[in-house]
Amino acid sequence: MFKHLSRNRTVFGFKGGIHPAENKELSAHKPIEKAPIPKRVWRPYVQHTGIRTKPIVSVGDIVKVGTKIGEAEGYISVPIHASISGKVVEISEIDHPVIPVRTLTCVIESDGQDVWEESIKERDYQNFSKEELISIIRDAGIVGLGGAAFPTYVKLSPPKEKPIDTLIINGCECEPYLTADHQLMLEKPNEIIEGAKIIAKILDVSKVIIGIEDNKPDAIKIMEQSIPKNNGFSVVQLKTKYPQGAEKQLIKTLLNRKVPSGGLPMDVGVLVHNVGTAFAIYEACRYNKPLIERVVTVTGSCIREPKNLLVRIGTPVYDLINFCGGYTKEPGKIIFGGPMMGIAQYNDEMPIIKGTSGIIVLSKDEVEISQEENCIRCGRCVSACPMDLLPCELNNFIRKKEFEKAKSYNLFDCIECGCCAYVCPAKIKLVHAFIYAKRELRNALS
Amino acid sequence: MLYPNKNTNNQEIRNDQKGITNPNLSNPNNGESIAVKELYVSVSPHIRSKITVSVIMWSVVIALIPALLGAIYFFGFRALSIVVISTISAVLFEALAQKFWGRKITILDGSAAITGLLLAFNLPPGVPLWLPFIGSAFAIILAKQVFGGLGYNFINPALAARAFLTISWPQLMTTTWIPPKSGFLAGYDAITQATPLTLAKLDKTLQVVQQLNSWPVIKNLILGNRGGCLGETSAILLLIGAIYLLIRGFISYRIPIAYIGTVLILSLILPTPLSPLFHIFSGGLILGAFYMATDYVTSPITPKGQWIFGFGCGLITMLIRIWGGYPEGVSYSILLMNVATPLIDRYTKPKAFGAK
Repeated sequence: MFKHLSRNRTVFGFKGGIHPAENKELSAHKPIEKAPIPKRVWRPYVQHTGIRTKPIVSVGDIVKVGTKIGEAEGYISVPIHASISGKVVEISEIDHPVIPVRTLTCVIESDGQDVWEESIKERDYQNFSKEELISIIRDAGIVGLGGAAFPTYVKLSPPKEKPIDTLIINGCECEPYLTADHQLMLEKPNEIIEGAKIIAKILDVSKVIIGIEDNKPDAIKIMEQSIPKNNGFSVVQLKTKYPQGAEKQLIKTLLNRKVPSGGLPMDVGVLVHNVGTAFAIYEACRYNKPLIERVVTVTGSCIREPKNLLVRIGTPVYDLINFCGGYTKEPGKIIFGGPMMGIAQYNDEMPIIKGTSGIIVLSKDEVEISQEENCIRCGRCVSACPMDLLPCELNNFIRKKEFEKAKSYNLFDCIECGCCAYVCPAKIKLVHAFIYAKRELRNALS
Repeated sequence: MLYPNKNTNNQEIRNDQKGITNPNLSNPNNGESIAVKELYVSVSPHIRSKITVSVIMWSVVIALIPALLGAIYFFGFRALSIVVISTISAVLFEALAQKFWGRKITILDGSAAITGLLLAFNLPPGVPLWLPFIGSAFAIILAKQVFGGLGYNFINPALAARAFLTISWPQLMTTTWIPPKSGFLAGYDAITQATPLTLAKLDKTLQVVQQLNSWPVIKNLILGNRGGCLGETSAILLLIGAIYLLIRGFISYRIPIAYIGTVLILSLILPTPLSPLFHIFSGGLILGAFYMATDYVTSPITPKGQWIFGFGCGLITMLIRIWGGYPEGVSYSILLMNVATPLIDRYTKPKAFGAK
């Protein structure tokens, strides 16, 4: 363990956090398999945080893999591309896996050919300027693949008054069950590092830290072997603790810097990118390949054969579950993302979107349905909160509809990691209350 | 945050019909979809720790068992009767009160059992058997359920009941001591008939003070072979349970450390002829510091607040012991600090991560 620490790097910690059962063994070390090309894909025009993408195709249009079907509108927005070749058969308002309203969605039917755009081919990107690289990343529709889905090119264009000195590549994958990033690091370490180099070039930073939790020793080893020597790159082994992969906690652990309340990592001179994002950036620069596929962990006790899959974005969940051998028993809950922050689905028909890192299917007896009891003020939520908040007090205010008071207790610093609700012995739905209160406060503003 | 409109409309939405799943998904793959009859939908997190309120409460009961066995050993069958009456009546009154106020009956969560058990631990072993019954009624109904039940009481119910009994039946509560079975101070009847602290209060002669500070007395305070309330006599048995609770993370280490640490330091600097060891192991300090001052509901939730709370308990305990009218101050100090808890919490709010 100290071998890694001896690389001129001290690992600080962050307060709070939890140690949920990892359940990663279900899919860990399973090689990334290509999921079959689906017959149809559903591509919602909202797959990122920001302004909706504008459709630029119409029903009946023939598209190839990589054809742009939506154009960015405004600054915080990115284009969307066809992930299979075929015909646009429908563009209408359809249910969305993570937004509770119907959103404009492009449905493409496959022609079975899988024809790619000619422009997607290997090239030398070493001589591209920073501006060219940023526009490649923007045009490829790349967003943060760790789950937040924030347009990557926006993060790569920090204002001048916020100089960046350190790039962190996030390989923590602290959510239980998920193994997609782990497997990607094992199989594509050089590509991830090339992606990191591109980001470092754009930002003009010399210090690149790859943070990996110590439950993935093989990934740490392989990344250490792959990083360029004496080039500002380092791999740091981090103690496994949820939410180690949360941006602010990761920066605190690696650099002992605290992102100010309401601020961004760039306020302390840091940018954090997920390993999957680095890989997508590499592919975009090297092959001119837009973000049309990603690695998704399909796992859970209900899945016959949990797998790490390379999935065309837009593939419906049931296709992936069928490919993993189907259900072993009746599913109780289907989650997009990890079990701590993921979003429960109403059915198994929703499409994978850019930010979907995993599909977890829990059985009926694993579903958490316990009733809320009175808060006994045990303070377990206070010890677990990585943001040093008082979740139980916040909850008391919110139940009394004292939203302003909750705000004065730093409600908006809550990152919704779920640690408080996880440890609460009274099973109070704390995250639910906080999301509700934040929305009430935002609505009151607008 | 990703999508600010994350669905928060309902606590638990059950999707009972296949029919209401997305009718707009045009002809999804000709029936390749596997029939999912019903799915649970809720806000994250989707996994929860196995620790529940009743797990914690029953762990406290388990932690009190060594001291309970000690009480039975030292004071005989009478101790067991008091504990049984106190605990059963506490559970009974909890059920009755919850029925009366139309609340959910939660007697199985163990919180009423703890109150009954702790009340019994705080009674002299010689009290008449109706006294724990009255005490439990007061603790459960007037100190707990009146305010809304578990989580809403502002003072420790068992200590509130002890205070009530002491005021109402002072004679019974302060003179019904029983010498332990194998009385350690053979030949000092005056001592065995009272608690060491009572003796220290009444008799300040050098001979007695020296006797109380001597190792045989301290040893017996630690082992439990002395007069005192039912459950408070054996420090070692109480500590065994406390270590179990600390290891499981069910009690805060801050309150007992601050409490006992304050008593230790004050016993060195305040004018008391008694040794720090005597102060720490006599009376109900160990029981109070580990089992009653740490009561979740009535102690602060903030780390800093817990230090302050423990310090306040220690300070008041020593003030009462040295200058007060009672020989022992543990229960009143905790009750007073219970009342101060909301105030402490308000002024010790931790600074949020990254806040200025």
